[in-house]
Amino acid sequence: MVDFSLWDIVRNLLLAARWTVALSLIAFVGGGLVGALLLVARLSGGRFADRAVGLYVQLFQGTPLLMQLFLSYFGLALIGLDVSAWTSAAVALTLYTSAFLAEIWRGCVAAVPRGQWEASGSLALSFGEQLRHVILPQAARLATAPTVGFLVQVIKGTALASVIGFVELTKAGGMIANTTFQPFTVFACVALLYFVLCFPVSLAAQRLERKFHGRR
Amino acid sequence: MRIDFDFMAVLSQWPLLATGVLWTLALTAVATVAGMAVGIACAWARASGPGWLRWPAGAYVELVRNTPFIVQLFFIFFGLPAAGVKLSPELASFIAMVLNLGAYATEIVRAGIQATPRGQIEAAVSLALSRVQVFTRVVLPPALQRVWPAMVSQIVIVMLGSAVCSQISVQELSYAANLIQSRNFRAFESFIVATAVYLLLSIAVRRLLHWAGPRFLFGR
Repeated sequence: MVDFSLWDIVRNLLLAARWTVALSLIAFVGGGLVGALLLVARLSGGRFADRAVGLYVQLFQGTPLLMQLFLSYFGLALIGLDVSAWTSAAVALTLYTSAFLAEIWRGCVAAVPRGQWEASGSLALSFGEQLRHVILPQAARLATAPTVGFLVQVIKGTALASVIGFVELTKAGGMIANTTFQPFTVFACVALLYFVLCFPVSLAAQRLERKFHGRR
Repeated sequence: MRIDFDFMAVLSQWPLLATGVLWTLALTAVATVAGMAVGIACAWARASGPGWLRWPAGAYVELVRNTPFIVQLFFIFFGLPAAGVKLSPELASFIAMVLNLGAYATEIVRAGIQATPRGQIEAAVSLALSRVQVFTRVVLPPALQRVWPAMVSQIVIVMLGSAVCSQISVQELSYAANLIQSRNFRAFESFIVATAVYLLLSIAVRRLLHWAGPRFLFGR
């Protein structure tokens, strides 16, 4: 029998953590783009777009991410797409992230005083110009901290991709635990690695919070 | 290509789904009650407890909030037996959920406590209330009232997170969905139905908590 040293365990986990990071980045960037589109649709469209996006957000916020992953895994197969665990995890996490970011950002836009819209409208700026030059710069200040904070949720969310067979940090942890018979050590290391990934992001979010919202 | 859906094949297994819903609600109820108790205790420790308690409470909160729930669950269920603590899947899930909600509740309650005006505490102290009385009668109820919407959201998030407990074979809702699809191979339909039920549950639980909070927890 081969003996696994602690270093062997950690090295293999670190290799798997690359995929956690990659999946998080894809979900965050993709979710950010889709979320921005949803936000603009909600702001510029009429009642209907507002309702539709609201429903979309509630759908993703009111159901477990695990179910969303399963649905993407089996749903993409139904419409005849190639379903690697990688694709379906990326799709599900992107949609999930977009719903949350669209909602966070909507709150930030709503926090910009109504008068700013009216003033810029009376300067004959078009809707696009109002958004670009007046509203978004102010909303972005408010949005930075919660957006960074949400990145932690995305990183933690990628752990669920292990359930549909995507080999990232959690899945690798399970596999290594099964071969080494050291589940305590392995899962402690897995948790620690997630902590190392997430804690700096949490701290950054707290910093930004303080920077933009004065003392507290 | 034609896609045929067969929802009846899933719905005819409703007793499994019903058991799943009951387990999901049971997990949520225990997590809510015990998790909030943990949260209130730790919030007190962090906001006004003795110095030696502040650091461990803070470490607990940060550790839980910066690791995924599924890893916490696996650590408790697969990891702890190696250290000599053997748990049933149900007990492991309860512990994981309570610890998870406890950490988030700590931060939520603490935010409410910190918003308490200084003068209220001074007034209570000058009325010769003890430290415990000041906390339970003067500080805590309005603090909970202030942060109740955030607390309700977090409880719903924890309920949705309980779907992961199927991975250690607790028979909650997503376990039922998995079992049904392994019997009739209607995977997409099973998960659609389970997802819809989760959506209904989250709306119902949200309503219930918003109704119950002001009646039984704070205010009168």
